[in-house]
Amino acid sequence: MSRISLVAGRIALSLPTIFGVIVISFLLTRALPGDPAAYFAGPTATPESIAEIRHSLGLDRSLPVQFLAYLQDLATGDLGRSISTGQSVLSDLLTRLPASLELTFLALLISLLVAIPAGILAATRPDGIVDQATRFLVTAGVSLPTFFTGLLLLFIFYFKLGWAPSPLGRLDILYLPPPQLTGFYLVDSLLAGDFETFRAALAQLALPAITLALFTMAPIARMTRAAMIAALGSEYIRTARAAGLSRRKVLFVYALRNALLPVVTTLGMVFSFALGANVLVEKVFAWPGIGSYAVDALISSDYAAVQGFVLTMALLFVTLNLLIDILYTLLDPRIAHES
Amino acid sequence: MDRRTFFKAAAAGGLAAANLPFLRNIAHAQGRQQAVIVTGGSINSLDIHRTGTNRPSYQVAVNVYDRLVSFGVDQREDGSYTFDYSKVVPELAESWESAEDGKSITFRLRPDATFWDGTKVTAEDVRWSFERALALGGFPKSQMGAGGFVDPAQFVAVDEATFRVDLKEPSKLSLPDLGVPVAIVINSKLALENATDADPWASDYLHRTPAGGGAFKVERWDPGQQIVYARNENWTCGPVPAMERVIVREVPSLATRRALIERGDVTLSFDIPNKDAKDLKNSASVKVVGSPIANCIHTLCPNLTFEPFKDKRVRQALAWALPYQQLFDQAAYGLGVPLWGGDSTTPQDISWPQPFPYKTDLDKARALLAETDYAKGFDVPLSFSLDFADWGEPAAALIQDSLRQIGINVTLEKIPGANWRTIALVEKRLPLLLENFGGWLDTPDYYFYFAYLKGNLFNASNYDNPEMQKLVDATLPMPVDAPDYAPNVRRMIAIAIDDLSRIPLWQPTLNSAMAENLDGYEFWFHRQIDARPLKFKA
Repeated sequence: MSRISLVAGRIALSLPTIFGVIVISFLLTRALPGDPAAYFAGPTATPESIAEIRHSLGLDRSLPVQFLAYLQDLATGDLGRSISTGQSVLSDLLTRLPASLELTFLALLISLLVAIPAGILAATRPDGIVDQATRFLVTAGVSLPTFFTGLLLLFIFYFKLGWAPSPLGRLDILYLPPPQLTGFYLVDSLLAGDFETFRAALAQLALPAITLALFTMAPIARMTRAAMIAALGSEYIRTARAAGLSRRKVLFVYALRNALLPVVTTLGMVFSFALGANVLVEKVFAWPGIGSYAVDALISSDYAAVQGFVLTMALLFVTLNLLIDILYTLLDPRIAHES
Repeated sequence: MDRRTFFKAAAAGGLAAANLPFLRNIAHAQGRQQAVIVTGGSINSLDIHRTGTNRPSYQVAVNVYDRLVSFGVDQREDGSYTFDYSKVVPELAESWESAEDGKSITFRLRPDATFWDGTKVTAEDVRWSFERALALGGFPKSQMGAGGFVDPAQFVAVDEATFRVDLKEPSKLSLPDLGVPVAIVINSKLALENATDADPWASDYLHRTPAGGGAFKVERWDPGQQIVYARNENWTCGPVPAMERVIVREVPSLATRRALIERGDVTLSFDIPNKDAKDLKNSASVKVVGSPIANCIHTLCPNLTFEPFKDKRVRQALAWALPYQQLFDQAAYGLGVPLWGGDSTTPQDISWPQPFPYKTDLDKARALLAETDYAKGFDVPLSFSLDFADWGEPAAALIQDSLRQIGINVTLEKIPGANWRTIALVEKRLPLLLENFGGWLDTPDYYFYFAYLKGNLFNASNYDNPEMQKLVDATLPMPVDAPDYAPNVRRMIAIAIDDLSRIPLWQPTLNSAMAENLDGYEFWFHRQIDARPLKFKA
C-alpha cells in the first residue's frame, strides 16, 4: 500500500514539472535567434515569399495564440510537424527514440557487465593489478571524447581490420528493418524469429555501443569500488566475517547489496548523460537517433521538433526517476517503511 | 516475398555472396547494377514545390521527374563531364519553337512519354505542374519568376501534345529556366485524385509519394536515413539508366564518409570537402572528380552602409591587401579557379567569373588607405556563416591577419546557418562578410542581377549604382548573340572591378570521390546527384 501511494505521489509531483517544461521549451525555442521562415524560403526568396511561408507556418500570430494552439495540439497528441525533416514530430520521435534507446541500453548493459565486476574486484584488492587496470581503462574511457573513441574504433575495426560492418546506420543495405513492435531492432527481429537480421543489427550496434560504454564505464566502476570499500569496512561486514560466513556470502549478499544503492543512483545519472553523449556517436556512425535529430532541429530553428524533443526527454527522465525510486524501495526496505 | 530477402531477390537470382551477412564491396558485386551513394545532406521532402523543402531534396526532382528541356553535356579537358548551359536539349518536349516576336514558346511533347502508372503525359499535366510551382509560393515561385513566369495564365495547354508559354517580354532566360529542378512535370490526374479541399495541390500526398514519369522511381524513403531509387524501365525521355537501383544513404560524419569510400564499400561520396579531395587525389582505388561551380564565386563583401567602406579607395585597399594565394592554398586546398591577378582593369572578354586585376600588394594598399580619412585604420567585424565554415573559417583568419598589417583591425564573427540569411542577405547589416552566391542560370548578367542590384538578395553590400541597374535591366532579357550583349557585360564587369562591392577570392569546385570503375558522373549547376547517367565501366 505504502509503495503504491509513494508511486502515485511521485507521479502527481511530476505533473507541474512537465507543464513547466512545456512552457519553457516553448519560450526558449521562440527566443532562439534565427528565422525559420527565411531559412526555409530558400536561396532566392523574396520578402513576399518569406511572408507567405511565415503565414503558412503560423508564425505570424502572437505568442500567446501560438502557445494556446500548441497546447491544444498537445492535448490531442499532435506534436506538430518538423519543418526540417518534413515528417510529423511524433513519427520522427517514434522512429528515432528507439534507435537511441537501443544504443544507450546496450551500451549501459556492456558498461555494467564490465564496470561492476571490475569495481568489486578493485575494492577487494585496492591498488592491486585489477584496480590499476580498471583505473586506467575508465580514465581513458571518460577522458577521450566519444567522437574520438568512435572514430578510433572505426579506424581499427572497420577501416584497418574490416571486422565491423560499414558504419551506415542501424542496418546494412542488404537488410530491411524488422516489423516495428518495440522499435528496437534486436527485440523486433527476435520476435519475428529472424536471426539473420538480429545478427546484422547487433553487428551495426557493436561499435557505437562499445564507444558509448567506454564513456559511461568510469562513474559506475568508480562508484562500485568506493561503495564496496565503504561497505567492506563497515561493522556489519566485520560481524558477518566474525560469525564465520563464507567469503562469497559476505561479499555478494551483505556488502554488494548495500553498495548497490549509490550505484543505482549513479546509473540514473549516467543514463541521462549517455543520452546526451549519443549525439556525437550518432553522427560518427550515421545512427538515426534522437540526439542528432535534436541538434539538427536546433540549428534550423525547427520549433516543433525542438519542443517535441524536450518534452519527450522530460517525460523520459520523470519516468526514469520514478523507476529508480521504485528500485530503491526494492533494494532498501527502509525507504518503504519510512514512507 | 520474405522481407529480409527483399534486396537479395532483387539481385537477380540471389547472388551467393548476398547470403553472407556482411557482404563486402556490395557496390561492385558482379553483375549487379547498383550504386550506393553517401551524402551529408538530409532529404526532407520528395516534393520540390513544397514549403520548406531543403536543397538536398532537389535531387529527387532531378532523378524522379522530367522537365520539358534539359541541358547538353560536355566533356572537360580532364575527362570529367559537365552540363553545357549553351545547349538546351529536349527532355519531355520533343521540339519547340519561339514565336516571331519572341513572346511565346510552343513545345511539342514526346508522343511516347508516359507516367509510371502508364497514363500519357499531356500538356495539361505540364500546365498544372507549372501553375502549382507558382501557387505554392516560396522558392519555386521566385525561380519560375527568373524565367519570366509569374502568372498562371501564361501557361497554355493548346492540345493534348502541345504546350505553350506566353511571355510578357521575350527573355533569354525563359527557355533555360524550364530546365531547372523546380520546373518538373507532375502526373496531375494522379495528384488531383489525392488532393483535398484543404490541400488542393496535393502537397501532403506528393510530399511522400512522387507522381511522375522520370528515369527513377522512389522505392523507399526513410527520412533521415536513406532514399532508394529503382529505375523506370519504360523511360522514354532519355536512355534508360544503367543502374537498376541507386541507394543514397545519409552519413553526417565526414570522417565516416571518407572511410566508406576508401574502403570501397560505397560507389560514390558526393560533395566531399576540398581537403579530402586533395588527399584522395593520389589514391589508387578512388577517383576524385572536381568541377568548378558555374557562375559561383567566393567573395569578400564590404558593406557600403559601413562608413569607411563608402570610400571606394578603402574597398580597393582591401582588395590589394588580401593574401590571395594563401587563401587559395589554405582555405580552398588549391582546388578551384583563382580570381585574382588579372591583366587589365578593362575586361577583354565576357567570361565569368574572371580574375580581377588585384593581387597581394600591401604597400599599394597602405598608400590607398593613406589617401582616405582612414589612414590610421579602423575596427571592423568580419562575419561568415557556420554553414560554410569549412572554407570560411580559415579564410577569415587569413584575412584578419593580412588586414592587420594595413591597420585594419578585424574581429571574427561566426553566425549560425539559420540566422545567416536574415542578417546577411535580408537585413544586409553585416559590415564585412564572406559570401558564396552562385547562379543556376549561367550568364554573367544573371549573377549581376542577384548580386549587384540594389535590394536584391545577394547584394549583401548594399551596392547601388544606377548605371549598373540600367545595364542589367537592359541586358537580362537580351539574347547572348545580340550586338549590345557583350559590350554591356564588359561594362558591368569593368564597373564591378572598379567599384569592388564584392571582392572575388576564388571560384569554388564541387568535388566527389567515386569508385575507380564508376563512369558517367556529371556535374550540374544544381549541385545535386544526377544518378541517371551513372554506370559501371565494362
